[in-house]
Amino acid sequence: MSARDLFTFSNPHFTRGVGITAAILIVTAIVGFIVLPFAQPWVQFANVWDAICSAAGVPQRAANVTAPEQVKRLSEVVLTSNTLSRPSQEAIGRGATLAQRCAICHGPTGISRADSPNLAGQYAAVIYKELHDFRSGARTNAVMSPFAVNLTDQEIADLSLYYAYLPRLPAYHPTPQLPKPNIVIYGAPMRGIAPCGSCHGSLDNKTGSPWLEGQSEAYMKAQLQAFASGERRNDISQQMRNIARALTPQEIEQAAAYYASQPPDVVKAVD
Amino acid sequence: MLVNRRLILAHFWLAFAVFGIALTLGAWQMFIRSPIGTWLSNPELYYRSLTAHGTVMGYVFPTLVAMGFGYAISESALEQRLVGVRWAWTGFWLIVIGSVMAVIPVALGRASVLYTFYPPLIGNVFYYLGVVLVVVGSWIWVALMAVNLRVWRKAHPGAPVPLAMFANVAGSYLWAWTAVGAALELLLQITPVAAGLKATIDAGLARVFFSWTLHAIVYFWLMPTYIAYYTIVPRAIGGRVYSDSMARISFILFLVVAMPIGMHHTFADPMVGAGFKFIHSAFTALVALPTLLTVFTICASVEIAARLRGGRGMFGWIRALPWDNPMMLALAFSFVMLGFGGAGGLINMSYQLDASIHNTQWITGHFHLIFGGAIVIMYFAIAYDLWPHLTGRELIDLRLIRTQLWLWFLGMIVTTFPWHWVGILGMPRRMAYFDFGDPAIAPQALSVTFSAIGGFILLTSGILFLVILARGMRAPQADAGPYRFALAVHQPATVPIALNTHALWVALMIALTLTNYGYPILTLAMTEGTSVPAVYVGAQ
Repeated sequence: MSARDLFTFSNPHFTRGVGITAAILIVTAIVGFIVLPFAQPWVQFANVWDAICSAAGVPQRAANVTAPEQVKRLSEVVLTSNTLSRPSQEAIGRGATLAQRCAICHGPTGISRADSPNLAGQYAAVIYKELHDFRSGARTNAVMSPFAVNLTDQEIADLSLYYAYLPRLPAYHPTPQLPKPNIVIYGAPMRGIAPCGSCHGSLDNKTGSPWLEGQSEAYMKAQLQAFASGERRNDISQQMRNIARALTPQEIEQAAAYYASQPPDVVKAVD
Repeated sequence: MLVNRRLILAHFWLAFAVFGIALTLGAWQMFIRSPIGTWLSNPELYYRSLTAHGTVMGYVFPTLVAMGFGYAISESALEQRLVGVRWAWTGFWLIVIGSVMAVIPVALGRASVLYTFYPPLIGNVFYYLGVVLVVVGSWIWVALMAVNLRVWRKAHPGAPVPLAMFANVAGSYLWAWTAVGAALELLLQITPVAAGLKATIDAGLARVFFSWTLHAIVYFWLMPTYIAYYTIVPRAIGGRVYSDSMARISFILFLVVAMPIGMHHTFADPMVGAGFKFIHSAFTALVALPTLLTVFTICASVEIAARLRGGRGMFGWIRALPWDNPMMLALAFSFVMLGFGGAGGLINMSYQLDASIHNTQWITGHFHLIFGGAIVIMYFAIAYDLWPHLTGRELIDLRLIRTQLWLWFLGMIVTTFPWHWVGILGMPRRMAYFDFGDPAIAPQALSVTFSAIGGFILLTSGILFLVILARGMRAPQADAGPYRFALAVHQPATVPIALNTHALWVALMIALTLTNYGYPILTLAMTEGTSVPAVYVGAQ
């Protein structure tokens, strides 16, 4: 017994085994690639080859349809979990100088007294993305946009690293800590709302999502409302807009009030 | 002759120990997302547990059982000492190291990607490397099975390979080839991204690679069970195998048609052409053939035993079967679950029917019924049958063994039947939380509660199983004699070369893989712009 006795057409097992397998393959291929495509009256094929290519999944260029023009700009920032992950002392130093012009609203230590976001210790990727969006016009704000519009890529990176480097100080206006509202820890699964904490810290942090502890209540409320109305639209794939639209006004208030009352030192460190 | 008993016992004990842990996690998962548990506020913990459960139950547990059983078959069926014992231990330790390496990131929440990996989700690189080590360890077993058969053939030129070894080697070849899909996915696609060398991944291609592994792996899990059907059960109940050739043909058919069918897992995916989906669907239908052949042959073999025991009549012989024999009981339970699970499988593989149950709890119910039910209950039976020969001690308490098997059977039915049902009602799978207070799904609460209770029955049965085996290690010593496999009614004196070797069938398996997977993989690999950014699990 050797391979020569096995792989030969004089061996009936070989002939039948290969023959039956090939026959099944050919029949299923004919059915799958020719018969079934033509059995769909709602699809038109130019010829048999066209049908075969379609059934085989040959990649085809989409018809030349011009994309609808975007009335409003969308965010074009690409973030990965490695974005700005290696800060240098020089970059932080440059960022500190640049940040002097931010201090009037965001505070000299990165803690705002004007219902602007506290930036001290915010994730670098977050500041990086928002500054880019303000610059490109994907996000607009009467005060912020003029500041951002002239920043270079380098300056944006430096500012992001500087603020990420600052220690997270307790918020300026701490209030007694509130119990965790359901929307923050459970979300509302039946309405497709993930818990806030699954992206914004406490449970997990997703790249590009800011931590919110100790931020201004008025600011967070205004942003959620802006997301819900579509006024703010620099969230990728509408993730925040979809959530904000499904939130009740009461849930918006609860979430904003809860996060505003939290001390920022509970935020997970970046590793 | 079982010489390397420590080796075999080590495989079995490790398999059953990790099985116990994963079973506990499974029961907890059933409980926590059922109406009787309070909502776990952190869904990540659920997915962590789910990843551990799947990784152990999918990769570690059945692989170790197949390996341990394979070594036992090699020594006892061929009646020769295992060649390459040192390599066998190397394989075992690779699996130990791989499992530990994989489970640490999972426990830390750095690899909650489920055992099916689901790119673009990317976990810690050590999770994937751990899984690779487990697979590499099992490949050593594959090589050893081939080598041992070769050594035996040299000593017995032209003699028919014992059925158990023939099937065992077929199973090992099937595993060697089917694991290649996931190995390619892990090594070429996922690991570079997990190690930070790349930030994007072609998720569609990864899913096609995984489907290469994911379906045939089920038949690899199934092999020990089918080997037990053919070569242990008839002997244990005092019968004979109805047809040795039929058995060989069944295993050959598994080898050929188990592989080129995996794309029925991607029916809802856009990156594979409908023509290929149809071919895979048609070949999936063919897999029913070896199972139907097996059911026929085993029923006939069992009937022989019943008639030898004085059974009469068209169906009267069924009563004459040794129902107090755990092996008989396990076989019957296994067949019932295989019947229901197989019928469900026919629905899954049908392109149109699949649409109504795709990604629902039906699927989870289906593979638990087939794998956890029909297959694992025979793993128990294999362990019970082998234990006295491995330990040199008797398993005395047959009543306890029967109770354990009954509990497993009932538990699996109570768990999976409601699972199928809520799947038909549309309940999605892989969800950490359901709000049963919502009127839309409130009617499913009762079914899910039953399912969770079934989970605890299974846990009880699993604990009982471990207790029985552990007590078996301390029972009074008794010589169980040499380990034997069932003989056929017509024990073959010669076997045609095609039914005595694997080469032709392995060649067909590879050829069908190329025809059914070649084009989709090549186009996906060569098409530009099909990659998406990776989503790092647990990254900040």
